[in-house]
Amino acid sequence: MSLYYVQKLLYQLNRDPHVRKRFSADRDSLLREYVLDEEERAAIAAGDIGLLYVMGVNGQILMHYSALLGQSWDEYIAAMRQGVAVHGPVRGGLYTLLEDRKR
Amino acid sequence: MSLVFAGVCSHAPGITGRASRADPAVRDTFYAKLGELRGRLEATRPDALIVIAAEHFANFFMNNMPAYCMGMADAYEGPIEDEEWLAIKRTRVPGNADLSRRIVRTMLEDIDLAYAEEWKFDHGIMVPLHFLTPNYDLPVIPVNINCQGPPLTPLSRAYEFGRALRRACDAQPERIGIVGTGGISHWPATPNSGVINEAWDRAFLDKFVANRRAELIAYTDEETFRDAGQGGFEIRTFLAVAGATEGAKGEVLFYAPIPAFAVGCTVAQMTVQ
Repeated sequence: MSLYYVQKLLYQLNRDPHVRKRFSADRDSLLREYVLDEEERAAIAAGDIGLLYVMGVNGQILMHYSALLGQSWDEYIAAMRQGVAVHGPVRGGLYTLLEDRKR
Repeated sequence: MSLVFAGVCSHAPGITGRASRADPAVRDTFYAKLGELRGRLEATRPDALIVIAAEHFANFFMNNMPAYCMGMADAYEGPIEDEEWLAIKRTRVPGNADLSRRIVRTMLEDIDLAYAEEWKFDHGIMVPLHFLTPNYDLPVIPVNINCQGPPLTPLSRAYEFGRALRRACDAQPERIGIVGTGGISHWPATPNSGVINEAWDRAFLDKFVANRRAELIAYTDEETFRDAGQGGFEIRTFLAVAGATEGAKGEVLFYAPIPAFAVGCTVAQMTVQ
């Protein structure tokens, strides 16, 4: 479990075109450079925005990964809600204390 | 010469990127008020604009997170985001490394801050610039206050940062404008995106434009998180502007919650005495 490295990978993916290139061309070797457990590796590789949100990835990092995957804004919001529905409440980071205000 | 202008405005990426989703009448009034702030800024004939922003993991990460950082380059680039997503074209923004260096050096006599000779602007700076200096012909000096990765700098220190910035600006021969950009209440990029606590925002803005320091620094992060979301942490940028204009009051040119932009959209100016 390393929320830090999950976020670090996505942060670098968001800002660095070279990391983006490796992410599409050579994903496995790129992911091996970060301390990730199997669930984290799979969530990133699959673009599972809902699970990444539940893991605690900051939305300011996550929304850009969502955009990179081609999701619309509504799809991004829906994916986070779906993540909570499937995997339960946010496990780490700032959002563990977040109350759902829209239901 | 000195500080000649001080303002604040919102910076949410939806303001440009999701423009078509907002009520056109409210949106266009908001844009017009941002244009008015631009006019007021230009009327002061600034040589440089310092943007006090709360960036969102564009340059700084938890491997080395400065509480405060000022850019010190002759040019910057932005936005870091996808150009279509933000609806702002990637461009080169002029800086002024020499002026940055003099300001940093002076501020270090009072407070601690980091500097960065490389900086990619994210929506937190690009959205304000898109409205305030859309030709990108005014040298910009970026400032970041960490409002994303706790532990965060206390509000009293954000106010103090503004005081130190004012002293440093007043010691320079250039005419300098500052714009703070952040908050107010919002839950950006979460399932609560679009929720806005208008009452909280209006109470905060009252304290801000009256520059009531004791009330401004009395907010706790626990209360802010509960009532104004994690985006509320960005009030630090407003407090820095209040510190830079200590003793002066201001005026709210525009405030309206625009859920499609996921923030209470704000334009305000503080008097520079």
